[in-house]
Amino acid sequence: MAELLSLHDAVARYVEDGATVAMEGFTHLIPFAAGHEVIRQRKRDLTLIRMTPDLVYDQMIGAGCARKVIFSWGGNPGVGSLHRLRDAVEKGWPHKVEILEHSHAAMACAFDAGAAGLPLAVLRGYVGSELPSVNDQIKFIECPFTGERLAAVPSVRPDVSIVHAQKADRAGNVLVEGIIGVQKEAVLAAKKSIVTVEEIVEDLTTEPDYHPNACIIPGWAISAVAVAEKGSYPSYAHGYYPRDNRFYKEWDAIARDRDAFTAWIEDNVMNAGGNA
Amino acid sequence: MSLEYTSAEMMSVTAARALENGMTCFVGIGLPSEAANLARLTHAPEVVLIYESGTLQTKPEVLPLSIGDGELCESALTTVSVPEMFRYWLQGGKVSVGFLGTAQIDRFANLNTTLIGDYHDPKVRLPGGGGAPEIATNAGEVFITLKHSKRAFVKDVDFITTLGFGRDGKGRDGVPNIGRGPTRVITDLCVMKPDPETKELVVVSLHPNVSREDVIEATGWEIRFADTLETTPEPSAHELEILRELKARTERKHAGE
Repeated sequence: MAELLSLHDAVARYVEDGATVAMEGFTHLIPFAAGHEVIRQRKRDLTLIRMTPDLVYDQMIGAGCARKVIFSWGGNPGVGSLHRLRDAVEKGWPHKVEILEHSHAAMACAFDAGAAGLPLAVLRGYVGSELPSVNDQIKFIECPFTGERLAAVPSVRPDVSIVHAQKADRAGNVLVEGIIGVQKEAVLAAKKSIVTVEEIVEDLTTEPDYHPNACIIPGWAISAVAVAEKGSYPSYAHGYYPRDNRFYKEWDAIARDRDAFTAWIEDNVMNAGGNA
Repeated sequence: MSLEYTSAEMMSVTAARALENGMTCFVGIGLPSEAANLARLTHAPEVVLIYESGTLQTKPEVLPLSIGDGELCESALTTVSVPEMFRYWLQGGKVSVGFLGTAQIDRFANLNTTLIGDYHDPKVRLPGGGGAPEIATNAGEVFITLKHSKRAFVKDVDFITTLGFGRDGKGRDGVPNIGRGPTRVITDLCVMKPDPETKELVVVSLHPNVSREDVIEATGWEIRFADTLETTPEPSAHELEILRELKARTERKHAGE
């Protein structure tokens, strides 16, 4: 049963140093507020999993939270590189970060397998790609029925997954709308989960926009729900606010420079109160 | 009478013409997305566009900046989860053509979006594979579009992120349940197709006012030309008008945000 906690308390309770953490949201509903709380609480040595490391992981990596990053596409969409990720991988600032890269299909299947309680995901993937030569977590197996050679990757089973969604109700049930990415799989695959939401309503099932096939994660499958208004800004929340494309562009200059980055984190995360 | 147009417009229009009604296209962001939507707004209104963010049969009014822009979801028939997208729709064989861009491509149409240089000591680190490795093998065929340059068109890519036909042209031979792979590469200078035997890319059509030398100059290997080399048809006034409107709409939208 999801407990309604403050974002501070949810992160303090469930994100431990050294943990494997998945913060998902496929270019939508990216849990920025939660990422900033992780930075404020100075969590260290995290293994960060995310299909599309975006600005949020760039910030967490630059702030020194990460030891390892597992991903399938690492960039600032439509803009360019993640400079903090590159600086950490290439120059070891603020410290060395290890990377393990996959394809989207493999990671999506690995989240799905994690949610299904399986140890591995099987897919018709990586044929002819050289990614298996640099990622020892990609193996090939033979189908016992047809003999077909298929790719296998370990399922994603994070210690804690953190996602952002539109709304929750008093029972902790969470509604996710729009591009739903791997939000549900991330929550179900993890030992513990935190969902931040824009707002809390009394009962999702009596909301005017409720319908029987809505993507709802039941409260009893979630560890903690925390309110974080504009919690996915500068990415967007379908039905609430648009993506701030200008900030995504501005980030490029901020992240290029270590001092500019550090100053930005001080002003906008460390000294910005609990909900930034 | 000849219309005025840029080589970038020539590329987009030619890439768009590769798509037809009845195709289901898994669309990459950037140039492929521009071409795919131009096709939808001109000669192929029934073409089904799918983006890896889970948006099925989407009809965006403006081009998305990122693969998961709200516009794609709001204009889609339905939006599914990312695992469903890759498992049921792509791997399940429901996609007839994958439309991809790339940073680097080689003579066997292998794509590199991982890095330039050595993997453990990269000169330039690129974003990585994303959806491309499985789009290229699970879609029925693959169209590739990118700007022609010596830096992009290399003899051998530094890293095969995504299979064209492998290091020797035989990468798909004997592999069960695999798509045909790249069937055409559309650039701002020409159209290339793989040789039916060797799978090496061959120029089949030069864009108007482009010479063989222009292509040779911009290609990092000894590029071959088809025996019957065609001239790519020019864009029509209608295509140019729709493309320019689409780009202007897109700019206005993204500047306002």
